[in-house]
Amino acid sequence: MPCIIENYDVCVVGAGHAGCEAALAAARLGFETILFTISLDSIAMMPCNPNIGGSSKGHLVREIDALGGEMGKNIDKTFIQSKMLNKSKGPAVHSLRAQADKLSYTMEMRKTLQSTDHLTIRQAEAAEIITESLEGGYRIVGVKTVSGGTYYCKAAVLCTGTYLNARCLTGEMVTHTGPNGLQAANSLTDSLKLHNVEIYRFKTGTPARIDKRSIDFSKMSEQFGDKTVVPFSFTTDPKDVQIDQVSCWLTYTNEETHEIIRNNLDRSPLFAGVIEGTGPRYCPSIEDKVVKFADKDRHQVFIEPEGIHTNEMYISGMSSSLPEDVQQKMYRTVPGLENAKIVRNAYAIEYDCINPNQLFPSLEFKTIKGLFCGGQLNGSSGYEEAASQGLVAGINACMYIQGKEPLILDRSEAYIGVLIDDLVTKENHEPYRMMTSRAEYRLLLRQDNADLRLTKKGYEVGLIPKERYDWVVKKEQMIAEEIGRISKVVVGANQSVQSLLISYGSIPLNTGTSLTELIRRPELNYDMLAPIDPKRPELPAEVKEQVNINIKYEGYISRQFKQVAQFKKLEKKLLPKTLDYSDIHGLRIEAVQKLNQIKPVSIGQASRISGVSPADISVILVFLEQLRQRKKDDGR
Amino acid sequence: MGTDTIVAIATALTNSGLGIIRISGEEAIETADKVISLKSGKKLFACDSHTIHYGFVKDGERIVDEVMVALMKAPKSYTREDTVEINCHGGVLVMQLIMGLLLKKGARPAEPGEFTKRAFLNGRIDLAQAESVMDVIHAQNEFALKASIEQLKGAVSENVRKLREEILYELAYIESAMDDPEHFELEDYGNQLLVKTDRILGEVKRLLYNAENGSILKEGIRTVIVGKPNSGKSSLLNALLGKERAIVTDIAGTTRDAIEEQVRLNEISLNIIDTAGIRATDDTVEQIGVLKAKEYIGKSDLVIYVVDASVPLSGDDFDIVRLIKDRNVVVLLNKSDLETVVTKEEIRVILDKTALSVSTKYGKGIEQLGCTIEEMFFHGKIGYNDEVYITNERHKASLRLAEASLGMVRNSIADGMPEDFYTIDLMDAYRELGSVIGESVEDDLVNEIFSRFCMGK
Repeated sequence: MPCIIENYDVCVVGAGHAGCEAALAAARLGFETILFTISLDSIAMMPCNPNIGGSSKGHLVREIDALGGEMGKNIDKTFIQSKMLNKSKGPAVHSLRAQADKLSYTMEMRKTLQSTDHLTIRQAEAAEIITESLEGGYRIVGVKTVSGGTYYCKAAVLCTGTYLNARCLTGEMVTHTGPNGLQAANSLTDSLKLHNVEIYRFKTGTPARIDKRSIDFSKMSEQFGDKTVVPFSFTTDPKDVQIDQVSCWLTYTNEETHEIIRNNLDRSPLFAGVIEGTGPRYCPSIEDKVVKFADKDRHQVFIEPEGIHTNEMYISGMSSSLPEDVQQKMYRTVPGLENAKIVRNAYAIEYDCINPNQLFPSLEFKTIKGLFCGGQLNGSSGYEEAASQGLVAGINACMYIQGKEPLILDRSEAYIGVLIDDLVTKENHEPYRMMTSRAEYRLLLRQDNADLRLTKKGYEVGLIPKERYDWVVKKEQMIAEEIGRISKVVVGANQSVQSLLISYGSIPLNTGTSLTELIRRPELNYDMLAPIDPKRPELPAEVKEQVNINIKYEGYISRQFKQVAQFKKLEKKLLPKTLDYSDIHGLRIEAVQKLNQIKPVSIGQASRISGVSPADISVILVFLEQLRQRKKDDGR
Repeated sequence: MGTDTIVAIATALTNSGLGIIRISGEEAIETADKVISLKSGKKLFACDSHTIHYGFVKDGERIVDEVMVALMKAPKSYTREDTVEINCHGGVLVMQLIMGLLLKKGARPAEPGEFTKRAFLNGRIDLAQAESVMDVIHAQNEFALKASIEQLKGAVSENVRKLREEILYELAYIESAMDDPEHFELEDYGNQLLVKTDRILGEVKRLLYNAENGSILKEGIRTVIVGKPNSGKSSLLNALLGKERAIVTDIAGTTRDAIEEQVRLNEISLNIIDTAGIRATDDTVEQIGVLKAKEYIGKSDLVIYVVDASVPLSGDDFDIVRLIKDRNVVVLLNKSDLETVVTKEEIRVILDKTALSVSTKYGKGIEQLGCTIEEMFFHGKIGYNDEVYITNERHKASLRLAEASLGMVRNSIADGMPEDFYTIDLMDAYRELGSVIGESVEDDLVNEIFSRFCMGK
C-alpha cells in the first residue's frame, strides 16, 4: 500500500508539556521538526490540576525559562491567579504557583508552535519507531504512524505522556482511553518492547470538575492571589502581569464524607485490585487518604477555577476512582458542595511508561541511538517535570545530530539536574514528583537565581539570544560590585542609625559596624537600610534581591559551595561507557549487576546507585587508575 | 578522593615496645603540630622533609608521651602526601590517646586500606599490587560494616535508632510544610524544634561521653575457648565471669552455639567466645556449632584450649591441636580436682604452648591464667583487634559530627533563620548517626514524608 514518506531532522511524538518544549527547542535551533499529536486540540493540555508551578515545580519553570524554554512565558500570558508560596520561609523554598486559564494556556502554546519556523504539526498517532541494527543495539531512523505514514528522521523524542495503552477507571466503569476521554495510543508500547525496552505500568488520578453555579461559596473561605504578582519568565515585564485575579476557595471533608468512602471501598478499583499500576504516594486519591490517614477527621479541599471560559471548578484534594454515584454522594457532603453538579467525573488512569534507568542523563536510550524520551513516559508526574525533560530531550536530540556533547545539568546546577539524575539513576516505582527535599544543594538552587545559574547554558545551546545573556552577565557584575561596596560601608552609632534600628525592633549599636553585618540580622534587610546608606546606587529590584540574599545567608551558601566542590570532584571522574563491571575484581555481585544495568557516566552517578557501597566505589577508582596506568605503559 | 587528613595506628594495637601513628593528607603537618611540641622548639611545619625530631605529645599542658617524629613531605612519602609518623611508646592506651588527640584536632580516622589506596591513586604502588589493594579494601570494608552492626552494644544501637527516628520525623514535617504549605503550618515550629534539638543533642553528648570513657564497640582481645565436649569450657567462662552464663551440664554437647562475653582480667579486656565442643558428630545442629568454632579460631587473637585431664587424650583432641597449633594458645589441664591422667609433658609433645593446671569447677588456677594472658599481652604476643578499635574511633568521629550539626541547628534557630536552613544540618546529623549503626540515608526522608504526612491534590 502506497503511503506518505517524508524526511525531517527531528520527530517529536506527543504535544503535551514535554513534547511542546522538545519540538520548540529543536525547531528554534534550526532543525526541521515534526510534532505528532493524537489531537490538535489537546496541545499543551492540562488534564489534571489547573495550575503551573508550586513548591519546587516553580523552580523548574524558572529553570526552563532560563534555558530558553516556553512554559514560563506561556503561563505568564494565561494565568488568572498567582501566589509566591512559602514567603515566610527561606528564599530557597519560595516558589511561584499560578492558576492557569486552561483553554488559553493550550491556545497560546498552539499559537507559539504554529508561528515557529521549521516546525510542522501533524495530527497522527505514532505506532512504531523505525530503527536499524547496530552492534549492541539500534539507531533510530524514523517514526511510522498508524496510517502507515513514514517519517524518516535523524533523531526522535518520545513524549507520550499517559497515552500508552491508557485505561481510565471510574468505579466499575473502565474505558480504554487516554486523559479527558481522548484516544489512547495502543501500538507504540509493542514497538518499544520489540527493541527490548522495559515497560512499567503507572497510575495517577484526577478529581471531579463541578459546575461553579452549583457551589455555595459562602460556606468556604476565599483564597486570594498575591497583591503584587511576580512573573515566571525572566523576560516578562512585571508590569504586564498585574491583572485582576480570580479567587480559589477552601473547604474541608468531614466524617460523613469518610463514612461514604469507607462504605464503598469494595467498589473502588484501587481497593478491589482492578488497578495494576503503581500510583503516586504524594497525591493520593481521597479514598487512599481516608484509609491511610484514618486518624484525620478532615482533609482540606481547594476549589480552583479551570479558567475564565468555563464554569468548571477543580476539586483539589479529592481525586478518586470511585463510581460516579458514590462520587456524587461523597462530594455533596462537603460544605458548599451540597448541591454540586458534576460536570466531569473523577477518574484514575493507568498507562505504560519506561524504566528510565535505560536512559543516559542526556535522556537518550542507552541502546537506541538517537532516540530520546521525556515526560511522564519516563515515569515522572507533573506538567513542570514533563516540560523540563522535554526541553532537555529536545536540546540533546539536536546535540546528537550535530555530534556535540549533550546538555547535562548536574545536581548542583539545577532542579532539572536533580530530576533527571534521580530518574536515570535511582530505582523508581511510582510517578516521580519533584520536591525541594530531593535537592541536596537547594540553598544554591533558588528560583530567584535560575537566570544566573542557567542563562549561560541556554545561550551556549543557542536558545537564549545574546542580549539576554549579556544582561545576565551585567547583572552578575552589578551584584558583585554592590556586595563589595556594602561590605565597606561602615555606619556609626549615630542618631539616625539608632532610630532606624529601633524602628525595626533591632538592637541599637554600641560601636560602628558594616552594613553587611546589619543586613545579616534576621529582622533587617538590604532595602530597609537604604536611609543610612546615602551613596547607594540606583539598582534594579532583581539585583537588590540577590545582594540581600547573598549577604544574609552567606555562611550557609558558602558551606553549600564547599559541599558542591566535593561533589563535583566525583562527577568529573568519568566512567567509560563500554566498561563491563564483571571484569572488576573485588566488586560485590549486587554492585556488578546494578552497575552493568545503569552504566553510570561518572563515579558520582555510580555512588548514587542503591546497592553500590563506598567500598565498591573505591574498588572502581583503583580499577580506573589501573586502566590509566596500563594505557600509559602501552603508550611508552 | 579528597586530600583531607587521615590518621591511623600503623602498628599492631598491642603493648609492644614501639607504636607508630601515621597521619597523611593536606593538613597532616599542621595537625601534628597542634599536639606535638618538639624539644628544639621548632614547628614541624618549618622543618625539612625526611627528618626525625624528638619531642612530646601534649594534651594541653599535660605530657602524654615522649616521641620521635618522622616528617615526610609530599610527594616523597608512602601516600605521596604530607605524612607524619609519630613513634611512641607502644602502649595501647598511649597510642589510643594520641590518635584521639589528632582526631580532635581535625584529622579523620582512615578508612579501611585508605593509606594504601591513596598511595595507589597517587601513583606510588605499581600495577602488580593493584589487585591486592582491591582485596584489602573489600575485605576490610566488609569487616567494618559487620563490625558496625554486630559489635555495637545493644543499647547504643537502640538509642541511636530512636534518635534518628525523631530527627527524621521532624525533617519530614518541615519538608512536608515546605512542599505543601497549604496543608502544614510551621508557626512557632522553631521554638518547638529547639526544645527537641536540645534533648537530642543531650542524648548524643551522653553517647559520646560514654564512648570517650569506654567504648561503643565490644573491644578486646578476641579469645576463643575450645576443647572436647564436656571438657569444662563453659565452666571456665562462668568462672571468668563469676556468674552462670553458659548452660553447664554433664551432658556432652550442651553448648550448641557460640556464646560471646566480655571479661576484664586485670587491665586487659577479653572478648570471649565459648564454642561448641569439637568432636566428630552426626548431629547437624552440633556440626554447625563445630564449623563455627573452626571459623572463630581462624579469626581469634588468642585460643584457650581446655583439656579434660581426667580422661586420656583422644582423636578429637588431636583434631583440635591441628586447628590451633599456629595460633596463640594457652592450654588448660582442667579438672585438677579429679584424678588426672593427662600431664603437661604429654601435651607439650603434641602442642608446644604454655600449659596450666586448673579446676574450673572450683575456680582454681584462674588467677594464674589471668597472669599468663597479661604477660603475653605485655610481651606483644597478642593484641587488641585494631579493626574494632578503628571502627570505634570512626563511630566517635560520627557522633562528634552529629553533635556539631545539632549545635548548628540550635544556632540557626537562635539566629531566627527560616526552617529550610536548619534542615541541612538536621539531615547531616541524621546521616552521621546513621553511619554509627551502619545505615545510609537513601530515600528515607521522602518515604517518611509520604507515610507520615498526608500530602496534596
